[in-house]
Amino acid sequence: MIKTDVLIIGAGPVGIFAVHQLGIIGLKAEVVDNLDKIGGQCIELYPDKPIYDIPAVPECTGESLTQNLLDQIKPFKTNFHLGERVEEVIKDKNNWKVTTNKKKIFIAPNIIIAGGVGSFEPRKFSIKDAEKFDNRGIFYSIKDKNYFKDKKICIFGGGDSALDWAIDLSKLSTVTLIHRRNEFRGAKHTEEIARKLEKEGKLKIKTPYQINSIEGDDKIKSISIKSEDGKNEKIETDCILGFFGLIMKLGPIAEWGLNLDKKTIPVNTENFQTNKEGIFAIGDICSYPGKLKLILSGFHEGALAARACFKLARPNEKYRFEFTTTSKNVQDRLGVKKSD
Amino acid sequence: MPKITYIEHNGKSHTQEVANGLTVMEGAVQNNIPGIDADCGGSCACATCHVYVDEKWFDKLPKKESAEEDMLDMAYQPNKYSRLTCQITVSDELDGLVVKMPSKQG
Repeated sequence: MIKTDVLIIGAGPVGIFAVHQLGIIGLKAEVVDNLDKIGGQCIELYPDKPIYDIPAVPECTGESLTQNLLDQIKPFKTNFHLGERVEEVIKDKNNWKVTTNKKKIFIAPNIIIAGGVGSFEPRKFSIKDAEKFDNRGIFYSIKDKNYFKDKKICIFGGGDSALDWAIDLSKLSTVTLIHRRNEFRGAKHTEEIARKLEKEGKLKIKTPYQINSIEGDDKIKSISIKSEDGKNEKIETDCILGFFGLIMKLGPIAEWGLNLDKKTIPVNTENFQTNKEGIFAIGDICSYPGKLKLILSGFHEGALAARACFKLARPNEKYRFEFTTTSKNVQDRLGVKKSD
Repeated sequence: MPKITYIEHNGKSHTQEVANGLTVMEGAVQNNIPGIDADCGGSCACATCHVYVDEKWFDKLPKKESAEEDMLDMAYQPNKYSRLTCQITVSDELDGLVVKMPSKQG
């Protein structure tokens, strides 16, 4: 069980900056994110795309923005709990008791939800029966590649994950790589290796095909794939791997008793509190009249939510507004040299 | 103002005036037309504003850039008429455009 002043859900730029705003007023935060890395959409969706509207940063990328924000919160030595999804939030006297899918429990008077559009989850095969074989022949990630040794495998996808795994697993197993069009979007060099293996008969590549059906009762026996011009092909296989990237799902947030407006959480713009005392929402996931889904708006929202957290985390203390330029308290917390 | 027709997967049709310069995605989202999620907000990064463009219209649209084609790899059940609506900008030439939504966006 971990006790903290504020539990932040979401390690995107807005969640990270909330750590900073909490840190300079003396509050401790823990951060949970379902992704296995820090940065949220910035890292998952557009690590290399340039961003031009961060104040005082004429140009940066999702990756460099994340790194700079992490540098900025270094003094606060924050714990990030990655690859974990918050499942349950229940009231526990003056605190919230938060449980993750790995059964980690947090006790905190405040929760800040900075969850973007929800948690990232793998995109799955769209055909019926796919669910039936989930984790029993159909996989969207590889934890132990020895599991696939000497098996017949079909890999779907056209990006780096699909190409890399097709190349890697072709050393251990019989691999067919299937993609919806003739062009792959993964690294050119990787595609060349895959094409070379195909020529040598070590890897089969089938394009432009998509999955059509899965045959099998307890386990997968074969699949059929089809092209848009109506060509059909049956392939015997033991397992199927799908690499279609990630999609965002609101997930368990919908079950915490919060008011929702479509996939967003309405907040009071005075402090970004939701309909539950001590639960705040900032960044893309919150909504209010005039809301802009910009990173810079999320920074402002986090600054206000942080001050509101103070009241519940330090009920017997009075919050004093201070500037980082002049406050010795704040500079102490930042570990920087005092101005005198 | 150009009119765009959005047809939900269940057949329900919405014809909406959309101002020039907005994207077909924005035309749907701003008017609460269901079936287009646009999770990333229009940066061609999520493939949840995917539609099937009416056959008669497909070739009249400005061609896809490679970034859009790459994202379509992740769309739900793409076909040769698939486009991402955040990448289609409304203009007078698109007056009457018809797009159909997939059964879901992912």
